[in-house]
Amino acid sequence: MRINLASVFVDDQEKALRFYTDVLGFVLKHDVPIGEDRWITVVSPEAPDGTELVLEPSGHPAVPPYKEALVADGIPATSFAVDDVHAEHTRLTALGVRFTQPPVEMGPVTTAVLDDTCGNLIQIAQYT
Amino acid sequence: MEEDLFKALADPTRRVILDELTERNGQSLFEICARLATRHGLAISRQAVSQHLAVLEAAGLVTPRREGRYKFHDLDPRPLQHIVTRWLTPAPPEDTP
Repeated sequence: MRINLASVFVDDQEKALRFYTDVLGFVLKHDVPIGEDRWITVVSPEAPDGTELVLEPSGHPAVPPYKEALVADGIPATSFAVDDVHAEHTRLTALGVRFTQPPVEMGPVTTAVLDDTCGNLIQIAQYT
Repeated sequence: MEEDLFKALADPTRRVILDELTERNGQSLFEICARLATRHGLAISRQAVSQHLAVLEAAGLVTPRREGRYKFHDLDPRPLQHIVTRWLTPAPPEDTP
């Protein structure tokens, strides 16, 4: 068994697509209209056939309170691996990305937490 | 208030929280939990950390701050000033020959 898809609930799919591709650097894999929403997935350019990240619409009434509660406590429900957290922090900050936690060494891993502008906190992690 | 202060400082986990906030002010609950777990091996539930923060807030040592959708915790060391000065008598003036 392998992980096929993972989802982030995004407030605005078009805005999310821009952020996850133009800013974070992922690559669009699927963009299929489904009713009012779209089936959008992105992949890492380093693993185009790897796990797809679904930019899932936040329309269900359970989603906004869930997201707000996580963000208030600073909890990133999603984590991406990077080679150099400090370099990504510098690069993304220059692009206007807001970090709720700058790079901090947490035992065997250095992490930082950023706001994806679509209602989620995302962790970036560098294993040392 | 003074009883709250000493009670807050009596707990080793709360002292670690103050240490970590001294290193970087303005942390989310998640960051405080992660620091306790990964740097100090303290596997404490989020609820328990929240309760520790509530005790520190009651003592005036930690101030919660809402910033948009985020909530951060700031260290306020001012109540400690009282402890520092309480038992210290002023140094006698040095004799000038």
